[in-house]
Amino acid sequence: MSLYAMLILGSVIFILPFVWMVRSAVMDASQIFIVPPVWIPDPFKLDNFRTALETVPFGRYFLNTLFIVACSVTGAVVTSAICGYSFSRLRWPGRDFFFALLMTGLMLPYAVTLIPTFLGWRTVVGPNSYLPLILPAWFGGGAFNIFLIRQFMRTIPKALDEAALMDGAGYFRIFTHVIFPLSRSAVIVVALFQFLAVWNDFLGPLVYVNKESMFTLALGLQQFIGYYTAQWELLMAAATMVVLPPILVFLVGQKYFIHGIAVSGIKG
Amino acid sequence: MIPKQQSGTVPGVKRRIRKETLYGYGMASPAILGFLIFTMGPLIASLYLSFTDYSITNDYSFVGLDNFRRLFTGEDSFFYKSLFVTFYYVILAVPFSLLAAFAMAMLLKNKVRGRSVFRAVFYLPSIVPVVATSTIFIWLLNPDIGLFNQILSFLHLPTSLWIYDEATVVPTMAFMNIWSVGGTMLIFLAGLESIPDHYYEAVDIDGGGMWHKLTAVTLPMLTPTIFFNLVMGVINGFQSFSEAYIMTEGGPNNASLFYVVYLYREAFTNQRMGSASAIAWVLFAIILVLSLIIFRSSKSWVYYEGEK
Repeated sequence: MSLYAMLILGSVIFILPFVWMVRSAVMDASQIFIVPPVWIPDPFKLDNFRTALETVPFGRYFLNTLFIVACSVTGAVVTSAICGYSFSRLRWPGRDFFFALLMTGLMLPYAVTLIPTFLGWRTVVGPNSYLPLILPAWFGGGAFNIFLIRQFMRTIPKALDEAALMDGAGYFRIFTHVIFPLSRSAVIVVALFQFLAVWNDFLGPLVYVNKESMFTLALGLQQFIGYYTAQWELLMAAATMVVLPPILVFLVGQKYFIHGIAVSGIKG
Repeated sequence: MIPKQQSGTVPGVKRRIRKETLYGYGMASPAILGFLIFTMGPLIASLYLSFTDYSITNDYSFVGLDNFRRLFTGEDSFFYKSLFVTFYYVILAVPFSLLAAFAMAMLLKNKVRGRSVFRAVFYLPSIVPVVATSTIFIWLLNPDIGLFNQILSFLHLPTSLWIYDEATVVPTMAFMNIWSVGGTMLIFLAGLESIPDHYYEAVDIDGGGMWHKLTAVTLPMLTPTIFFNLVMGVINGFQSFSEAYIMTEGGPNNASLFYVVYLYREAFTNQRMGSASAIAWVLFAIILVLSLIIFRSSKSWVYYEGEK
């Protein structure tokens, strides 16, 4: 019983900020400042969401973010699967060396490469482009995603490749027709992680995007904090809209997430 | 079919190996190219930049170790300030978060009804965008009408200025970090679940209690996981940026000038890319040295099963 009490206490602590956020998001401004606090808004003011959307073009930011997310998730899924296939199922000289090299990149602080990467992109594509946020995902989708895919593909029996080879299939065909379909659950984990990483990214858009019409949700919300600190109900309505998509994605893909993280810890 | 193949075995095998090598490199090339373009290249460029006075607007010249000299002699007083702030944060946040994550994992280890719901609830805050978390906490921590101070005054406890006071801003951010330990917790949980039941049964047979199970089985068996989480916690802690940038912009009076906030300011506000690169390399060195120290020390406290 005391176990349940502790679990519930912990849950309350973790949920409380969200409850407070939603409660403030649907509250009339006059009620927000009442001490001691009112927990149940009266009336429920769903209008706050519309007002927030009218104050800052969150709809636009939403589409911008969605575009970046879609492009980079596609890139990460396609290329991490291809690279993971090569690193797990093909034998070639230097393979393990290159894989180890990729993994050292995981320990490298992002701050070290940030400035030259920024200067490089500035020279190549100029300021205000989404390419710096999208294109890197098309180069293997990051060491961590390659690692996840490789670990998974290693568990698929080698006999499948050999049978396909005997039937005259090429290596690329084996990848597209045999290994990739069998790696569905690992690919979903990569897609989910990449979705969250890009959706939640703050530093990337901050550094590469400064034109307001190109803002992502993260940048839009940050700007909103600066302008509307006194209008808590609008700020919380905006925060609620930013928080909702990743929470929904998490709830739908929960078992994949939890498995993926456990793998990263055990093998890391 | 079979006899025909036999005659061509040797050249066939050779061709196959050559083809496999070709496809191997070809299909791994996005990752290899990506590493060269987005990791190796910038790494070298960053080292080079750290010896120059590069800024976006002016021509630049080679200044040798001058950037580093300015940092270490304290000519740029923000350097030591940000180092202090960041060490202070890491020392508070890492043990606190590891302890919280471990405690949560211990609770979730029990196969109780509704376990997956509790697990989701504990994990959920760590997938929320940092901008949103920061927004919510700015509101919760509001000194006048924020929820935290309202609860404290309801309990007749002293209230706090939280992130608006030089003395409390870093501890407050370390405390906030608890909300994002979901990943660490899941890794602990996976570690706990990999401990075989019969170890615990052995303690039962010997008449040991909960405390014995914790100190004689759980903690020793979990040391590799603790080690992993400790290293990652330290690495990530030193790179904290967004919370401080969004909530306080390093204030008040630079009391939350996290190292990367300082670096960001030097690079993107002051446009001193050369100096910022030197700052980045010092961070790299610190993280490397600390990781090495933890790795070295791990020989004496991390237990790997399978080693004797």
